[in-house]
Amino acid sequence: MRAAVAVFPGTWSDRDCEWALQQVGIVSRRVWHRDVPSFDRDELVVLPGGFSYGDYLRCGAIARFSPLMAAVRDHATAGGLVIGICNGFQILCEAGLLPGVLMRNSSLEFRCQDSLLRPESRISPFTDHLDPSSFLRIPVSHGEGNYYVDDVTLHDLEAEDRVAFRYVDAQGNLTSEANPNGSRNNIAGILNEHGNILGMMPHPERACEALLGNEDGNAIWQSVLSSIGSD
Amino acid sequence: MTVEDRELDQVAMTRAEYERLVKMIGRVPTEVELGIVGALWSEHCGYKHSRSLFHHFPTEGVDVLTKVGEENAGAVDLGDGWCAVFKMESHNHPSAIEPYQGAATGVGGILRDIFAMGMRPIALLDSLRFGPLTDATNRYLFNGVVAGIGGYGNCIGVPTVGGEVQFDESYSGNPLVNAMCVGVGRTEHLLSASAGGPGNPLVLVGADTGRDGIHGATFASVELDESADERRPAVQVVNPFLEKLLLEACVELAEGHGDWIVGLQDLGAAGLTSSTVEAAARAGTGVEIDVALVPRRERQMTAYEVMLSESQERMLVIPKREHLDDVLQLFRRWEIRADVIGAVTGDGMVTVRDGDEIVAHLPVDVPTDPPMYPPKGIRPTEIDHWQAENLEDVPDLLDPEAALLRLLADTNIASRRFIYRQYDHQVLNNTVIKPGGDAAVLRVKGSRKGVAVTTDCNARFVGLEPRVGAAIAVAEAARNVVATGARPVAVTDCLNFGNPEKVSVAYQLEQAVLGIADACRALGTPVVSGNASLYNETPDGQILPTPGIGMLGVIDDIQQVIGAKPKAGDLLFVVGATLEQDVSSLAGSQYLTSKLGRLAGRPVLDLEHEVAVQRFVLDMHKRGLLSAAHDCSDGGLAIAVSEMCLASHIGIEAGDIDLGTRMDAALFGESQSRFVLAVHSESEALQLEAQADTVDIPITLVGTMTGSRIRLGDIDVHLDEAELVYSSGLEKALAG
Repeated sequence: MRAAVAVFPGTWSDRDCEWALQQVGIVSRRVWHRDVPSFDRDELVVLPGGFSYGDYLRCGAIARFSPLMAAVRDHATAGGLVIGICNGFQILCEAGLLPGVLMRNSSLEFRCQDSLLRPESRISPFTDHLDPSSFLRIPVSHGEGNYYVDDVTLHDLEAEDRVAFRYVDAQGNLTSEANPNGSRNNIAGILNEHGNILGMMPHPERACEALLGNEDGNAIWQSVLSSIGSD
Repeated sequence: MTVEDRELDQVAMTRAEYERLVKMIGRVPTEVELGIVGALWSEHCGYKHSRSLFHHFPTEGVDVLTKVGEENAGAVDLGDGWCAVFKMESHNHPSAIEPYQGAATGVGGILRDIFAMGMRPIALLDSLRFGPLTDATNRYLFNGVVAGIGGYGNCIGVPTVGGEVQFDESYSGNPLVNAMCVGVGRTEHLLSASAGGPGNPLVLVGADTGRDGIHGATFASVELDESADERRPAVQVVNPFLEKLLLEACVELAEGHGDWIVGLQDLGAAGLTSSTVEAAARAGTGVEIDVALVPRRERQMTAYEVMLSESQERMLVIPKREHLDDVLQLFRRWEIRADVIGAVTGDGMVTVRDGDEIVAHLPVDVPTDPPMYPPKGIRPTEIDHWQAENLEDVPDLLDPEAALLRLLADTNIASRRFIYRQYDHQVLNNTVIKPGGDAAVLRVKGSRKGVAVTTDCNARFVGLEPRVGAAIAVAEAARNVVATGARPVAVTDCLNFGNPEKVSVAYQLEQAVLGIADACRALGTPVVSGNASLYNETPDGQILPTPGIGMLGVIDDIQQVIGAKPKAGDLLFVVGATLEQDVSSLAGSQYLTSKLGRLAGRPVLDLEHEVAVQRFVLDMHKRGLLSAAHDCSDGGLAIAVSEMCLASHIGIEAGDIDLGTRMDAALFGESQSRFVLAVHSESEALQLEAQADTVDIPITLVGTMTGSRIRLGDIDVHLDEAELVYSSGLEKALAG
């Protein structure tokens, strides 16, 4: 499979995503937000981390108007895979492709540290080959990752198995110490109803190599490859 | 014709300097000319009081690719066609009055220095000093500076991987904020900052020009007084988002189209003035600028204001005439404004017009020839007074455990995690050794190599004996680099001192420069870039002399890098000095300074021995004997060992070691040239000892990594207890 990595003005995880995908054998191209592409149906579209347009307004609030996002919406509607990481997750929420918002961390500080994720969902290629009892150590790096959603939508997300990951401690408990940003019910990532759009705050692309001391993030790409096939 | 004192004060020019200027140009300068010359003759740009000392520094070496002072930063060869550029710069005065913006602009400025050379920035470091956190103003400054550094680095996507922070009363109200940046790239992509080729256009790219930062260079060159707050308009406001676009565009230009341009230069202190004049001076050309062509964000700005504005996120590009359109298009594709504002000339003059009116017309070599005032120092009497103190009279400690816990919680030693978790230290996927150890280590993508980077300066040692203390700063920086397995290659320095017109400060400055030169020569690490920040004084006095050292080392095979985390069962050795220490090793130590509440003693450094020890450790790395290594510095052996235990979450069994007659000196003394090394097995331990014996390096077994207690002589503390005070020390102090 191939991937297309979106580059908005202010995106900075584009090269890291490209690098990480390469580690698992996925070839990717970087796409500048004005060069509106048509994505291949089997292309994985990645909205990486960064501070699109500086995020001086609400994070992702400007990027959602970018010409590229119309193409992303079309791709997702046609059932194509889309993953938004960090700022990419914020953009997906702002664009209405995922429910909820990402508020300022409850600590009111930026946090760059490892988090432990428990895979939760069976409905998505991003997660269905992950072992729920095997937690992934994935770094977070954000100031606004505090996922908030209203009670009704939260109930639906959980009932429909659309919570992709939750922050847990080493024993798998949902503690506030394990939660780096104060998100509701320790949510780290969520899916749309069809499971083809994933938004997550932690950065799997930073956990991609033994040299960097962490390869846990590769499991997510491997899950996609196992589900879709690697051709 | 007489110029008002007020006008001279604005540009921090003395009447004698004004008269020198009049004599040089044979007439009275115009207002704009006075502004241009005043800014470039300021201490901040012209190094009036420090320049005469720079010839002491060794600046050349086989790995050095740039001539010092001729480019925005120093470049060194990494081998295989790769090079690294790096520089450290101060942003002290702005941070004292507007900590967030002051620190953030410091980061933005040093980043531009690096990508102006065509290299991609891969790491930021910050060397910080504040007054004690018991004071609310110092807490405000600390929080603002940390937020500003994070705000810029996190947004632009360059990892903040290291640095240091220390607290001392002398920095109250005059914090130090020194930012360092490292970039890497292919050597053939290195760009120059010169304005060659008369007829080539001058293109200003990036932000519009506003009134922010006017006289910033001047402000950085005077003491802070009660009116400093009124200087807030001299501090600029940042836009890291725009700088991210500039960074990408400049790197793309260097990597893909270096042949389109003759020069690229950032706009820093004194803005358009210094960037154009310095670029012309490097090329031996002239420049003509029309300020009417400069895009502005405010109305009715005068030519004077446009020339001296320090609005951030601007660069000057000097394309070849025939590639002007290519260059304009490249920047515009990145959604960056780019305008032609003038041209390179062949007349050796800097000419500024405002439309049809000529407002300045000066030979380039007038502003670039500031007066020079060699410092005339007299040794401060307090140095001899401090050194005369008989440390034998200090009673030895009775409760080493309590002393250890106190030191672990001390703001100068406690874990810095509280700070670096607010900085993105991983973006770009190169950070192999993360913050919290000795040097940070970054992989160089596309090669097998890595760079180790660190900043260091123990200002207490510099205060006690400036020449020795400055040499220690270099030696310690090198030790941090060596601990990871990297070979120290070159140095950037940031000379933070008080008012050089005072004889005591002049002495500190002269001696510190000599000390840096001594150590750099001995260690084979030339000074490739740097900056001086003088006048760091408040009405309460001057700062401790703080010649910050940024060091870069190279590791040829990144897979060979090691950290300061031993494994269970490892044997720990102290090398470079005996375990037993004389009471004189307490000189300037954190332990003694906290105990007495003042400086005392005389620090010593044997450079020949230092070099031998570092060579030995690198040799042991090469043989693959080491499983971990750590520099033994602040807080002495007990802190170095505890830090290794806390990093690995493993205790140490060293209860039976012989600490000699002075327990305080053995545990907490800070004698130089020491490492703590870890090896896996008995046979490796025997090899290590044998190797040390052959080169006469003292080596002593400390103990075995095991269990969950730190047992070191009479110390017996559970790791959890040590971790609690160590990890919360800084946060507790900040809580006030």
